[in-house]
Amino acid sequence: MATIVEPTIFELSSPGRLGVTMPASDVPETALPPKNLLRSDLPLPELAEVDVVRHYTKLSKFNYSVDDGFYPLGSCTMKYNPKINEDTCRLPGFLYTHPLQPIETVQGNLALMFEMQEWLKEISGFAGVTLQPAAGAHGEFTGVLMMAAYHKARNDTKRTKMLIPDAAHGTNPASVGMLGMSVVTIPSDSRGNVDLKALEAACDDTVVGMMLTNPNTLGMFDENIEKVVNMVKDCGGLMYGDGANLNALLGIVRPGDLGFDVMHFNLHKTFSVPHGGGGPGSGPVGVSQRLVDYLPSPLVGIIEEGDDDLEPLYGFVTPKHSIGRMKAFHGHFGGGLVRAYTYISMHGPDGLKAISQFAVLNANYLQARLRSTYKIPYDRICMHEFVMEGQFEGSDVRALDISKRLMDYKFHPPTNYFPLIVHEALMIEPTETENKDTLDRFADALIAIAEEAKSQPDLLHNAPHSTPFGRMDEVKAARELVLCCWLPENYETLK
Amino acid sequence: MTYIPISPKERDAMLQTVGVKSLDDLFDAIPKNHRFPELDLPPALTEMEAATLLSEMAQTNENVREHMISFLGAGAYNHYVPSVVDHMLRRGEFFTAYTPYQPEISQGTLQAIFEYQSLMTNLTGMEVSNASHYDGATATAEAVNLAYAQFRGKRKKIVMSPTVHPQYREVIRTYSQGMGLEEAGDDVSADLEAGPEALMSLVDDKTMIVVVQYPDFFGRIHDYTKLIEDAHAKGALVCIVANPTALLMLKTPAEMGADIVVGEAQPFGIPLWYGGPYLGFFTTKKSYVHKMAGRLIGETVDARGQRSYVLTLTAREQHIKRERATSNICTNQGLLALAAAVYMSSLGKTGLQQVANLCYQKAHYAASELSKIDGFGLCFTEPFFHEFVLCCPKPASEVNEYLLDNGIFGGYDLGKDYPSLKNHLLVAVTEMNSKQEIDTLVEVLKEME
Amino acid sequence: MNVPSNLKYTKSDEWFDPANGAAGITDYAQNQLSDIVFVELLVDEGETVEVGKPIASVESVKASAEIYAPASGTVSAVNKGLADKPETLNSDPFGEGWMIKIAGGNAGDVMDADAYTAYCDGRAH
Repeated sequence: MATIVEPTIFELSSPGRLGVTMPASDVPETALPPKNLLRSDLPLPELAEVDVVRHYTKLSKFNYSVDDGFYPLGSCTMKYNPKINEDTCRLPGFLYTHPLQPIETVQGNLALMFEMQEWLKEISGFAGVTLQPAAGAHGEFTGVLMMAAYHKARNDTKRTKMLIPDAAHGTNPASVGMLGMSVVTIPSDSRGNVDLKALEAACDDTVVGMMLTNPNTLGMFDENIEKVVNMVKDCGGLMYGDGANLNALLGIVRPGDLGFDVMHFNLHKTFSVPHGGGGPGSGPVGVSQRLVDYLPSPLVGIIEEGDDDLEPLYGFVTPKHSIGRMKAFHGHFGGGLVRAYTYISMHGPDGLKAISQFAVLNANYLQARLRSTYKIPYDRICMHEFVMEGQFEGSDVRALDISKRLMDYKFHPPTNYFPLIVHEALMIEPTETENKDTLDRFADALIAIAEEAKSQPDLLHNAPHSTPFGRMDEVKAARELVLCCWLPENYETLK
Repeated sequence: MTYIPISPKERDAMLQTVGVKSLDDLFDAIPKNHRFPELDLPPALTEMEAATLLSEMAQTNENVREHMISFLGAGAYNHYVPSVVDHMLRRGEFFTAYTPYQPEISQGTLQAIFEYQSLMTNLTGMEVSNASHYDGATATAEAVNLAYAQFRGKRKKIVMSPTVHPQYREVIRTYSQGMGLEEAGDDVSADLEAGPEALMSLVDDKTMIVVVQYPDFFGRIHDYTKLIEDAHAKGALVCIVANPTALLMLKTPAEMGADIVVGEAQPFGIPLWYGGPYLGFFTTKKSYVHKMAGRLIGETVDARGQRSYVLTLTAREQHIKRERATSNICTNQGLLALAAAVYMSSLGKTGLQQVANLCYQKAHYAASELSKIDGFGLCFTEPFFHEFVLCCPKPASEVNEYLLDNGIFGGYDLGKDYPSLKNHLLVAVTEMNSKQEIDTLVEVLKEME
Repeated sequence: MNVPSNLKYTKSDEWFDPANGAAGITDYAQNQLSDIVFVELLVDEGETVEVGKPIASVESVKASAEIYAPASGTVSAVNKGLADKPETLNSDPFGEGWMIKIAGGNAGDVMDADAYTAYCDGRAH
């Protein structure tokens, strides 16, 4: 039997124990629906509030988080999440407004959303923005739907191919797969740019467009970006930009100015919305002029113009050829938009530029400090992240071992095994919210681990050693598939 | 202000290590003509100024706790959230962590989501739950994706009741526009008084999935057992979109034989927040687990023999399966799944039953009192839970305007979605509505001209 | 690495037995995929398959793969028990781990055991 470090809430339950209770009913009683419509039992836990608090507090201590320390997870932009965001998003005026209230009663919300649309347009150089998508992948799906709708409206039905570089995130081909299009993979050249010859060969009148992450997942800004965009546009395709790496570009360059037609933002990466242990995210999408009519509905617009004395009246508008609704209601307003709005308002133009400048400086600094110890296959000035190989000549130590060993040094590991085009990839994104001391300690740890890989490889193979849990048996999890737990057998008579 | 912790001296030392002279020199790869645009944005605020600005914006709204009496539901419900829920969410260890890809240092998130999965399966009676979706509407669209993948495109017909939430139906139409589906039943001019049996004639051997709501959009409680038997006889799957608060009291969809049970778990500890972020739950039978989208957490042991949890069956997901994946889903609603877990465990079985009972009792009191007013009446006769359709003597939009002037959000105007229900309000009542609020609504409506 | 000499092999790592029409994945393939946790056969008895058409989908702890028909013909049998014991593909890929049998199977572009061994060796680096 496995040792139980912390029981589940089902195991902690005791029959008859009470937690938070509700007031007695203040209305005359009505009979319940007929018995055949009622459930026979409700097998849920019974705990006191203190049990619940201690349980989840204990669980929280098993987590590593940005508040605990450095989290250089490539492509995830694990920057510090300002505490003020947590207060503003919980203001009663935001918390307690219902999504179907009359617009006259939610002008504060609508003004915030309208300005957010305008700000994101300005930051990215696009003509229109939807705030509806719930996350990056959802924004991506939104973008691909709009690209398909654009071609369809022009009766350009033979376009079924999406061009995707080999370094792309898995969500790119998956979004395309959801629409039944086919994927043509475009290789990278030796400098980490899109291979122009391969691109040229793939460009024809069956191309829907290209989905390009720039800077790409190697952390490289494509040196031929304008050529790439022109080649795709010359064959009638649309240019999709994956905004996962926007933290490198704020006030540096606007994707809209480079000729992109559509891009999703990750408010939970670039604009400091916390990742929440895997969501909720927020994935607004910006589009160029030729796609604005296809944006999801509804958008926030001005219904009645204001003047010097009178605020405008904000409300919802539907684009002419809208692809439709992507989710219920209006996007991740409270948890996403309010936090990101707070963050942008505190930065202004210069602050935003500083974010990207220092995100890029920190990445280049780490790259410079690690260059002589680890192989960096695409070695030039990087943007906000870089990729190195987690393997050494004549050693059986792998990127995974290095990652696990980093935990013993109290760091979260980098992204492993991505992008796929680098062997044993370690993808490092420090973000702008780390100081030089932290970066130095991290570089020192990686240099020490490289030494350990030579002198005592088993120390790495068996790492981590100092964490509350060791490596997991993932095969057992997948083969036995225990996906939920229940109250113990004979629960009622147990305690 | 910014959150950059690097002094000018440190910056210069770092630039020197990198081998460039200035920060701007790091950006030579960017086309020169587009480099360093001047952004036309308001100047930076300090924290104090931002706090004031946001507070002013929030105060511009009329909210349902401080200003208005609200009977709005229609997919988002005003429930009490115990204090303990937000205290747990505010722990930085939870909300500033990433997706638990490194299980050795993510057991907090992993066990909490495993518990969420367990709570949802025990609530719905189903065998497995994923780690959540964006919201109820997208969870429903993912049920359609599952069916499409299950039949490998060989069945392409979806039968959907017109009494599924209108926005959910809209989202399914958006999601499926590349799949070439045949849709049946999704007709708002159909006979809305017809029971679930009316859908049976539409189900055939091309049908991949039947989608119904429980209680339906009008609040009615149907027993779908017969419909499900019939659909299964034709080989189709059945998805029930369920309200989780109602499930605390009502027969489970699993008992009716449902294959997939999804819904919006916002009522479980998540504020109204003007529509999001919310929490889509997705539960199904074990046999469909490989076709289910979204993250999944399973139990295992670590190298030290300790029970522990990991993300499992990840090869189903987009980062490995790429264009062959069922869905491109990447994030779930991790923190809000934690909210639902804390909500359910802090109220516990008894507290949750109290919530459900209060909703039921107050809604029935309201329905009974409202239907006594001259010219008003209940539209349908079926049993309901905490939401019902009130037939009014004039257009619901006018009734709502009148109520708004009296500080009341009257309910959802069904005329927006159903041409035959122009005079109909969808009224939701929860434990947050006192008898006095209900009596006020009744008194105000009595005086309507 | 086990490469039985009586079988034929494809570049996408399926094997085909000309004697009885059986097909499956090779030892090399199962080793690359590592611990297989799910297999779904995509064709039923009586269906016709063509070379290169997907016949199965396999998922391991860390990877997923489509398995393609190594020969054209009519499916005369499918290994129904495989779905409940996907680990068989790891333990006995050429025996109990067979996937389907293709009657009258015309193999596509296949290699003999020696050529396949050399082909696998060539990919090892």
